[in-house]
Amino acid sequence: MINQSIIKALKNIVGPEHLLSEKEDMYTYSYDAAVLTPRMPSAAVMPASTEELGRIVSLCHENCIPITVRGSGTNLSGGTIPETSGIVLLTGLLNKIIEINEQDMYAVVQPGVVTATLAAAVEQKGLFYPPDPGSQLVSTLGGNVAENAGGLRGLKYGVTKDYVMGLHFFDARGNYVKTGSRTVKCATGYNLTGLMTGSEGTLGILDEIILKLIPAPIARQSMVAVYDTIEQASETVAGIIAARIIPATLEILDNFTIRAVEDYSRVGLPIDAAALLLIEVDGHPVVVKEDGEKVEALCRKMGAKEIKVAETEKERDKIWAARRSALSALAKLKPTLVLEDATVPRSKIPDMVLALQQIASEFNIDIGTFGHAGDGNLHPTILTDRRNTEEFKRVEEAIEAIFDKALTLGGTLSGEHGTGLAKAPFLEKEAGFSSVLFSRQLRRALDPQNILNPGKITGLSEEDSI
Amino acid sequence: MNQMNELAALVKELEEQLVICTRCGMCQSVCPLFEQTHKETDVARGKLALLDGLMKNIFSDPNGVTQRLNKCLLCGSCAANCPSGVNVLEIFIKARAILTEYKGLSVLKKIIFKKMLANPGTFDTLTQWAGWFQSLFMKSESNAQKTSCVRLISPLIDNRHILPIARTAFHKTLSPQIQKAPGSGLSALFFTGCLIDKFLPNVAHASVKVLNHHDVTLIIPRGQGCCGIPALASGDRATFTKLVDHHLDLFQKDEFDVLVTACATCTSTIKKLWPTVYKNPSNSVKNQLHTLSEKTMDINQFLVDHVNPDFKKDLSTTQQKDREIVTYHDPCHLKKSLGVAAQPRKIIRAAGKTLVEMDGSDRCCGMGGSFNLYHYGLSSSIGALKQKNISETGCRTVSTGCPACMMQISDMLAKKKKNIKVRHPMELYARALADKIT
Repeated sequence: MINQSIIKALKNIVGPEHLLSEKEDMYTYSYDAAVLTPRMPSAAVMPASTEELGRIVSLCHENCIPITVRGSGTNLSGGTIPETSGIVLLTGLLNKIIEINEQDMYAVVQPGVVTATLAAAVEQKGLFYPPDPGSQLVSTLGGNVAENAGGLRGLKYGVTKDYVMGLHFFDARGNYVKTGSRTVKCATGYNLTGLMTGSEGTLGILDEIILKLIPAPIARQSMVAVYDTIEQASETVAGIIAARIIPATLEILDNFTIRAVEDYSRVGLPIDAAALLLIEVDGHPVVVKEDGEKVEALCRKMGAKEIKVAETEKERDKIWAARRSALSALAKLKPTLVLEDATVPRSKIPDMVLALQQIASEFNIDIGTFGHAGDGNLHPTILTDRRNTEEFKRVEEAIEAIFDKALTLGGTLSGEHGTGLAKAPFLEKEAGFSSVLFSRQLRRALDPQNILNPGKITGLSEEDSI
Repeated sequence: MNQMNELAALVKELEEQLVICTRCGMCQSVCPLFEQTHKETDVARGKLALLDGLMKNIFSDPNGVTQRLNKCLLCGSCAANCPSGVNVLEIFIKARAILTEYKGLSVLKKIIFKKMLANPGTFDTLTQWAGWFQSLFMKSESNAQKTSCVRLISPLIDNRHILPIARTAFHKTLSPQIQKAPGSGLSALFFTGCLIDKFLPNVAHASVKVLNHHDVTLIIPRGQGCCGIPALASGDRATFTKLVDHHLDLFQKDEFDVLVTACATCTSTIKKLWPTVYKNPSNSVKNQLHTLSEKTMDINQFLVDHVNPDFKKDLSTTQQKDREIVTYHDPCHLKKSLGVAAQPRKIIRAAGKTLVEMDGSDRCCGMGGSFNLYHYGLSSSIGALKQKNISETGCRTVSTGCPACMMQISDMLAKKKKNIKVRHPMELYARALADKIT
């Protein structure tokens, strides 16, 4: 708990309306979208300017108060759960798009700007901000940068880190740090922009983000390929990449997910299909046509029994609406949904798909698998009821088995959801002790009091606690 | 603390509905209130978490939760967009009832609901008196919206521009010929609703003309009252039940194919809340509520989908280019609760108007019933966005199928001194019919 004088000081900075400390309010900042144990902060504060933000960080530094930054709280690894209490810093009021520069193709935003809001604003100017995490309608760009969020277009366009050109942030002592620039190239100093991206609020608190924009693709073509076995579908994925074709999006849905989506949205998916691939190629019209034909031929060669190419924009939208409703459709089946994002080199997609089926039957749990097959990032989605402790124990064991398998295949525990609290205990398994040690030392040097989102990424070791 | 245990047990009734929320947070993208405040307790996810907290008995008293739960427009935007399909409105309405039953109603609400609203006759008389006296306090503004504002500063009215109580309520004008008008088509029972009856009787008159024109057999029972939503929103399930019972009795006297209303909120209340929120109904009441729910529909939907006149047929005598531009606001209780959006637009076109869509036609106007009374500042900020979107279409008239939205939009337009009229689709259509005939 923090004492009343701190609450008063925070209130002085942001005004009484933007400081919350009643228990009811605290309870609503104790969770995010991850299935983890809630923890309440002692206060939540909503700065509305850089100046207020800086004063809050300084105050917390002087009084050794942990800060957990929260955008829309859609995190899937517990990154916004205030593990050691302290304060939750809300970025909701820092939501201005400061600049969209068409000539130099970049945007400058505050961390609380919603991803889809920026994407729509730049689209109006014929530009494109590709990262499109599933939660883009609510997720904030600050959160996207902090988590290095991905999305459906990762295969061709990369993820958030590929678009962050520069950052302004407050370090743990409240100093204002600028890194990167508005230029395409920038080789001065350490690449702090790269370090900060994906640091989950443990190294500094973002104030301004400079994002790269690109020209919007002129043409695009979408198609659905239907398979009798999931092996054929996953081998097609590996085959397309091996043929040196990079679709903008290459998604897979397994039979479990197909049936859930069809039940939910009645878009006419073939419910007896073992798997579907949803593919979109984009770019110059000539290339799109050529790539489209090649992909179609490849799908057939690999055993697709049917291929449907979207003829109109409406048909295209229908395909992607079906994909986007996958999570919702699965969510309706049971009260608790654990969405994993273990990722493997894309040539290993067939092995991973097979392993997931084995794990589901071994632990006797429901796993729906869909996801960004093209970049190796599957979303095994476990359906359960957390109140059923016996089953939930099996779910936790299955998750560990998924992690192990991903690592065996040369993959990673998290493609896009971040380490947070959920994967912190497994970091050493993937990266090794030296890597964890290095990270802890880095953190300790930059944040000796351990006030920046304690417990995330590197865990809460005894020597780390204050 | 023991008592909080008791409350926790009561909230447990909602557990199976509460656990469906996966805390994904998508409701933040559509909540008009959250857009203003950016506070988690203002959005569905936060409120559902608070109910979960009550159920787990972590709060020392229910007041904080009650206060936050009541700060909601009940617009249903969250429910309409919830990936997991959480039935947010039903949960909130039931939770408000549980909390009110546990804590008791405030004295003022007791008087309003139990003494006035629950007794349709008394309520009619009181509003009639208020109508006579209102000119003492309010002055007419002679603007396009025909609103009034206060003569002297009053904390109760604030700087609202309110629609005055009608000189003659609709039910006062019911002659036996209107009340039972035989036709050759389907038979419809017309449920008037308080706001239309007392503030916007023209909407009811227009509806009657339209239904008569299309040869619908019309039944308008005397002694109708409130659909119960104001009581329910305040958690007063007893008054709600009394009103439902009153109407079930009343409706039993006639045979009818459908129950139509020109009020989005009445329709969605009768259709969705009467059968689900009525506490412990007997089997026969349960069946009655279910049957009635099936029969209940919005008047626009009824005309377009069931009476099925050729609504592409144009009633207008003016040339295309001379047509009045009308924009349409989707009431939350029509589009989000009932999926009615295309039908009122067809009616407006049939009335010979040029329909120009505004940005965010289905975004809440900010009224939210008693929300407007308790949070007028927020209600106005949300309404100001609506006003801006309406004005930007360059329309002369904004149309919407809900009297509460009509009141809010009138207030917002009057504040900005906009020369834009506010009309129900039935008013536009009835007018076009009259022009065509004469």
